[in-house]
Amino acid sequence: MSDRPHPLLELTRARVLEFLREPEAVFWVFVFPVLLALALGIAFRSRPAEVARAAVVSGSEAARETAERLGRAPDVEVRLLDLPEAEEALRKGRVDVVLEVSGASPPAALVTYRFDPTRPEGRAARLAVDDALQRAGGRADAVPTADRPETERGSRYIDFLIPGLVGLNLMGSGMWGIGFSVVVARTRKLLKRFAATPMRRSHYLLSFALSRLVFLALEVAAVVGFGWLAFGVAVRGSILDLSLVSLLGAAAFAGLGLLVAARPRTIEAVSGWMNFVMLPMWLLSGTFFSYERFPETLRPAIRALPLTALNDALRAVVNDGAALSDRWPEGLVLAVWTAASFALALRIFRWK
Amino acid sequence: MEEAPPLAVRCAGLVKRFEDVVAVAGLDLEVRSGECFGLLGPNGAGKTTTVEILEGLSAPDEGDVEVLGARWGRGADRALRARLGVQLQETLLAEKLTVRETVRLFRSFYARGRDADGVIGMVGLDEKRGARVGKLSGGQKQRLALACALVGDPELLFLDEPTTGLDPQARLKVWEIVAEFRSRGGTVLLTTHAMEEAERLCDRVAVMDHGRRIALGTPADLVASLGADQIVEIEADGELDGASLGRLPGVRSVSPRPRGFMLAVGDIGSGLPALLAEVGARGARLESLRTHQATLEDVFVHLTGRELRDV
Ligand SMILES: Nc1ncnc2c1ncn2[C@@H]1O[C@H](COP(=O)(O)OP(=O)(O)OP(=O)(O)O)[C@@H](O)[C@H]1O
Ligand SMILES: [Mg+2]
Repeated sequence: MSDRPHPLLELTRARVLEFLREPEAVFWVFVFPVLLALALGIAFRSRPAEVARAAVVSGSEAARETAERLGRAPDVEVRLLDLPEAEEALRKGRVDVVLEVSGASPPAALVTYRFDPTRPEGRAARLAVDDALQRAGGRADAVPTADRPETERGSRYIDFLIPGLVGLNLMGSGMWGIGFSVVVARTRKLLKRFAATPMRRSHYLLSFALSRLVFLALEVAAVVGFGWLAFGVAVRGSILDLSLVSLLGAAAFAGLGLLVAARPRTIEAVSGWMNFVMLPMWLLSGTFFSYERFPETLRPAIRALPLTALNDALRAVVNDGAALSDRWPEGLVLAVWTAASFALALRIFRWK
Repeated sequence: MEEAPPLAVRCAGLVKRFEDVVAVAGLDLEVRSGECFGLLGPNGAGKTTTVEILEGLSAPDEGDVEVLGARWGRGADRALRARLGVQLQETLLAEKLTVRETVRLFRSFYARGRDADGVIGMVGLDEKRGARVGKLSGGQKQRLALACALVGDPELLFLDEPTTGLDPQARLKVWEIVAEFRSRGGTVLLTTHAMEEAERLCDRVAVMDHGRRIALGTPADLVASLGADQIVEIEADGELDGASLGRLPGVRSVSPRPRGFMLAVGDIGSGLPALLAEVGARGARLESLRTHQATLEDVFVHLTGRELRDV
C-alpha cells in the first residue's frame, strides 16, 4: 500500500500543528521580536540634532557673562546653577558638562570644564561648548571646513538593528522551539515509543527542520515588515537572497537546537545548555552593536559563530543590497554548522 | 513426532542490571506463535524491563533474545519493528494533537498497516476522533495507545499493563480487542497484575519475582498445582500453629499471613470442621474466616508469601 502519507510529511505536519496550538510559542516567535524592535527603535531613534547640555556654576559676573555668550550658540543649551545643583545635574546625566568660571569677565576668564570623559556625550559637549566659547572670544578657523549631515536611510541604528533582530529571532525560535519539544517528548517517553516503531530516526530530526521552514517566511516577514512600516528600513537586496540567507540560518539553528536537546532528560538541563550556547552569541555576534568593538584577535572566532555569520549575511543583503553569492563565506559557515550539528545530533541522540 | 509450534519470542539467561539493582536475573521465556502469554509479578519484579528488552528498546547485559526468528542489532531492526506492535507501560502521547492525527502519524511509520479510522473505531474512540489527546480520560488515552500499537497490523503485540486503571467496561473492550487480534493469528505478550485478566486472556502465564521466573504454565495448571479447590484464610485471636494446621485432614499447604494463615484445602467438607475443631482445641477465638475458589492470586501468594500487588 503506497497511498499512506510520507512519514516525514506526517511528522512535520504534527510539529506544525503542535506549534500553532501553543499560544505562548506563537507569541515568542512572532510578537516578541516586533515589540523588541519597536522598543529599541524608539530608544535609539535618530534625534533631530544633538544639543550639548551645559551648566555654568553661578556666583560671579564672569559666570553670568559666560552663560550669556554660550546661550547664543545654536547647538548649546545652557543654564546657570549653583555648585551643588550643577554637580547633581552632572551626576544624574541632566547636563553633559559643567563650567566653573574664575577671574575677570571673558575673554579674560579661566574656564574649567567638568565632565565624564568616558561618556561620549560628555566629550562631545565639552568640544561643542569650548568651540562656542572660543569663537565668541574671537578665534578664527585656521582650516576652512564644511559639514554634510548623513541621516540617510540605511545607515541609522535601526537599519543596523533590524537584520540583527531577524538573526536573533531565528536563533531563539529555532533553538527554544526545538529544544523544548524534544526534551518534553523525551520526559513523556514519547521518544521511546517512536523508537519502538519502524520510523526512521533521521526523519524525526528532519521534521523539526522542515517545520521551522514553514514558519520561517512569516517569522522573517514579521520583523522585516515591521521595520519597513514603522521605521522605513528597506531591503536593498533581493527578497530571494533574503529568503535563502534566512533558510540557511534557520537550518543551522535547527541543527544546533537538536544537538543541544540530543541528551538532556529534563527541561531544566536543556534550558541551561540552551543559555550556555546562546549567551555568547547574544553578546558577541553583533546583534545590538558591532562586533568590531572586540579585539582583533577574537574576531575570527566571532565570525565563525553561526549567529555572526547569519547577521553579517542578513545585513549585507538588507543594508548593502549584496547577493548571497557575494557572501559565500558566511553561507559556508552556516552550511557547515547545519551539517555538523545534524550529523552529531543523530549519532548521540537519546531516545529513552 | 509432533512438530513443536514455532516460537514468536525466545529468550534465555536474560540479565539486566541497573546501578545497584538486578532487575532481571537470568530469565528464560518462550512465547509460541499464536498464543497469548502473560507475564505476572508484583511491582518491581522486572516485567517492564524484560518486555523492553524483547522490544529492542534496551540491550540486555547477558543472555540471548530472539523475536520472530530475528535478533536485535543485526542491521534489520527496522524490518523487525515493522512486525511488532508496542504499548509501553507509560507513554504520554502529544497532548496538542487529536486522536485521529496521532493514529495517522503512527500509521505513516508502517509500510503496511490498518486503516487509521478503522483502528480508532475498533478501540471505541469514534466519538473522540477529533478530540485533543490532552483532553482524554486516562482510560481513553490507554485505548489510544492500543490503537497506535495495532495500526501497523503487527504479528506480535507487546502490551505492558494494558488495563491498569481502566473501568470494567473499558477493560472488557480491551479484552475484546485482544481476542479479535488473536483470532487473526496474532501473538500477544502482556503483563498484568489482574489475575482475572490473566485467567481470561492468557493461554500460558509466567510468574516473575525478583527478576526470576518462579512458575510457568496454563492458568488452570498453576491453580491445579496448589492441589486445592478452596482457599481458606483464617485470622484468630490466640496461638495457632502452622505445622499442626498442615496436618489437618484435607489441608494441602499452609502459608503464614500477617494476622493468621492461608490454607489450601483439597476437600472443604472435611477440612473446615477439622480446622474449627483445632481452633477450639487451642482456646483461640476466631476473628475472621473466608473461603474462596483457588485462583492464580493464591498460587502467587503460595509461591512468594506476598500479594501480587505488594512491592
Ligand atoms: N532505568 C532504571 N534505572 C534504575 N533502576 C531501574 C530502572 N528501570 C527499572 N529499574 C528497577 O528495576 C526493577 C524492575 O523494574 P520493572 O519496571 O521492570 O518492574 P515491573 O515488574 O515492570 O514493575 P511494575 O509492576 O511496577 O510495572 C525495579 O527494582 C526498578 O526499580
Ligand atoms: Mg512495569
